[in-house]
Amino acid sequence: MGKNLVGNHIRKFRFNHDEMTQQQLADKVGVTRQTIVALEKGNYSPSLELAFRIARAFNLSLEEVFFYGEETKS
Amino acid sequence: MTYQEKKSIVSVISVILIFAGFGLYMYPQHPKGGLYSEEIFHYWGTYVLTLTVVSIIAHIIISIIFNIFYRITTKEKEPSFQDELDKIIQLKAYRNSFFVFILGFLLAMSLLVYQPSQIMFIILIFSGFMADVTGSITKLYHYWKGV
Repeated sequence: MGKNLVGNHIRKFRFNHDEMTQQQLADKVGVTRQTIVALEKGNYSPSLELAFRIARAFNLSLEEVFFYGEETKS
Repeated sequence: MTYQEKKSIVSVISVILIFAGFGLYMYPQHPKGGLYSEEIFHYWGTYVLTLTVVSIIAHIIISIIFNIFYRITTKEKEPSFQDELDKIIQLKAYRNSFFVFILGFLLAMSLLVYQPSQIMFIILIFSGFMADVTGSITKLYHYWKGV
């Protein structure tokens, strides 16, 4: 696919949150681990609701976790 | 590899095995006779109905065995629900399956118009098989490459 313009810093924030596992984040936001894997790889743009839930799981705003366009991933 | 990817691979393999196994079992029972004989229609009707039932039961059994095997080997529990990504991928799989089956159906009907033969039944059954395989491969593709 490779045309998703919505990027994210999920991996970095997971690491910053006591090295939270993908499964722990998935359980926290109510999705499967597969979805977290796809998000981190940039293979899937989440729904707005899921994006908010992920941002809330890290106690951050949506813009801090997700970005749109050419911003480089860290 | 995640649960969904493994399950899609198992699904492709099981569809092929079920179809091939059932085909080999039913082939010797094919009746002799013309296209319009009663036995022929009975045979193909039985073929489709039995294949449907056998396929459903086999899929359930394979799914249970796969889940048990997955739990033992990975020590993880399989997901008990479908999230938004699963639903999107499933819709794409249904769309592609449907498209393939309709193509087969139209081909079978075209054959019926121009040259009625038993191949019509074979094309119908084969398009059902291809639709099933296409659905599983679509799932696998999207779980690998994304949506």
